[in-house]
Amino acid sequence: MSSTSELLRVEGLEKYFPVRRGLIFQREVGSVKAVDGVDFVLNAGETLGVVGESGCGKSTMARCVARLLQPTAGKIFFEGRDITHLDRTAMRPIRREMMMVFQDPYASLNPRKRVGFIVGEPLEVHRIGTNAERKRRVQELLEIVGLSPEHYNRFPHEFSGGQRQRIGIARALAINPKLIICDEPVSALDVSVQAQILNLLKDLQEEFNLTYVFIAHDLNVVRHISDRVMVMYLGRAVEVGTRNDLFREPKHPYTGALLSAVPIAEPALGRSRRQIVLEGDVPSPLNPPEACRFHPRCPRFVPGKCDVDSPALLQMGSNEGHLASCHFPLERWPMSDDEIRQHAPMVGAPD
Amino acid sequence: MPALEVKDLATTFHTDDGLVKAVSGVSFSLDQGKTLGVVGESGSGKSVTFLTVMGLVDPRHAQVSGSVLLNGEEMLGASQARLRQIRGATIGMIFQDPMTSLNPVKTIGWQLEEAVLIHQDVTRKEARRQAIEILKEVEIPRSDQRVDDYPHQFSGGMRQRVMIAMALINNPEVLIADEPTTALDVTTQAQILRLMGRLQQEHQMAIVMVTHDLGVVAELANDVIVMYGGKVVEQANVDDLFARPEMPYTWGLLGSLPRLNAEGSRLEQIPGQPPSLLNPPRGCPFNPRCAFVMDVCRTDLPELRRSDNGEEHYFRCHLDDETRTRTWEAKHAALVSKDAAA
Repeated sequence: MSSTSELLRVEGLEKYFPVRRGLIFQREVGSVKAVDGVDFVLNAGETLGVVGESGCGKSTMARCVARLLQPTAGKIFFEGRDITHLDRTAMRPIRREMMMVFQDPYASLNPRKRVGFIVGEPLEVHRIGTNAERKRRVQELLEIVGLSPEHYNRFPHEFSGGQRQRIGIARALAINPKLIICDEPVSALDVSVQAQILNLLKDLQEEFNLTYVFIAHDLNVVRHISDRVMVMYLGRAVEVGTRNDLFREPKHPYTGALLSAVPIAEPALGRSRRQIVLEGDVPSPLNPPEACRFHPRCPRFVPGKCDVDSPALLQMGSNEGHLASCHFPLERWPMSDDEIRQHAPMVGAPD
Repeated sequence: MPALEVKDLATTFHTDDGLVKAVSGVSFSLDQGKTLGVVGESGSGKSVTFLTVMGLVDPRHAQVSGSVLLNGEEMLGASQARLRQIRGATIGMIFQDPMTSLNPVKTIGWQLEEAVLIHQDVTRKEARRQAIEILKEVEIPRSDQRVDDYPHQFSGGMRQRVMIAMALINNPEVLIADEPTTALDVTTQAQILRLMGRLQQEHQMAIVMVTHDLGVVAELANDVIVMYGGKVVEQANVDDLFARPEMPYTWGLLGSLPRLNAEGSRLEQIPGQPPSLLNPPRGCPFNPRCAFVMDVCRTDLPELRRSDNGEEHYFRCHLDDETRTRTWEAKHAALVSKDAAA
């Protein structure tokens, strides 16, 4: 089922949005560093979960990968081929291989088109099949995602949030893509419906050997669906690893803080653990902190090191491919707020 | 005397498409210093319940019955003038979206002072002092300067702190928080929840926490109400509810959570969608989605009955005790074995 062939490789991806001032000359006065150096590899049939708080650049990263935004720097390889600078015509066959599912099932479906048209549009764009064949394919897709073929002539407003998300998924599946980028696909849904969509995505992955980039801010959801996870903070990947590496043995203090901030749906467990609560808010990406971006909020901040030296994303922990960018990674997990602050700062040691 | 006592509350809206029974048969009592968690999906009636409690549903469009006692005083049927005195003073409310609940063209200070001036007979200078004081209390740095900022100059978490400050500035006895952290990131959510916990201890407030997040409820609440289709379907102490839920919807909710230690396994899903209140199912509101549905569920609404598990544990279900015990034990064993396997 899942092979180990590499499907997607991203190297040093950067996306800066210019900030302009002035009416006529529009001087460029700075840039928002939405994505600032992200690397990862994704194998066919795998799911890469991307977590981070709002403004960390996870959506921008996804849009760059899908070439909906032109990256400022870096390279994107799809099936070994550099697609970073392909023009529209050259991108066309590749667009058939990667599709997106968006967060808001209300805004991502055209309210004036019928479901049949919405789901069939990718087929039309890529000129696949005759009209009759397309119709049959769309009805088949509707069934695959748990709707009924009779829904073909309905409008999006006749459906609930969960059903709309199914329509969005059917559309993404229409032309048998290899990669589906899901940008917060379940955040807008009720818990019971969220479970339906997560199960559907898993079933489809098995059936069609799909590869997912799955973006979410809910760690439990990411943990449930991903094989590997990337944690982003202010445009950078701070930790990457398999699900087990990352959730059982986090190395970056930010990952630790994220894990401990998630409310646990078990009263006794929730009361007994001690949380790491971060101070302050995520700084503005317009003017991000020097060196380690996390240092102003980090419980392990060491002056003279963390605010001077930018830590590289290095192999940490016992398993290969578990990378983190921190000068003073966590020694064990779980840790309480006090323990995390009481580390012995060895300036310059783990470089 | 409980700080807030609600008996048999029902709210029905008149709409062009007919009567909508948004809420019916809600009863609970909440003591000083305690937290009540209210869980439910969209359309379960959880927000309408507390809008009714606050007297914020328009009597021209809605029919309200039952009783809402705030410190022993009946709120339903109280005059608008009296309600205005109570709201913001004895009972405070925090809404989900801090951006749309703050006025974008007035400073934070102006809005906080307004809340003080309405309820207290003080000068604007004193009101400003109180505003700065309360901002300090909700941990806004440099509060004497930030008091002159506008809402857009604050981040989402800071705005929610301002909302909390505004709700607390007159020292209310009851605080109703409607999805206060839903729009926030996890680390900010943790900050806000911790802040609310601390303020509750200091002021001995009673808090109602309306949320869809069972995690938030498990961490904060003393008692929990589960709502579905405008009805209370289960009500218990938080430990009893999570340890021994009594009816299929609560089982489904707990099973559909992506669990901590059960990665990759299939989630238990509740099929179908939450019901439309315009055209509610006959009998038990959950029957169209219930895996254990019987004929009686399609015709008769089960009474809220008492469970033997836990002291004040109530639920609605037609299933007999033995079947429920057996089913929950099987489900619970499955969940525990998932945890153990991981």
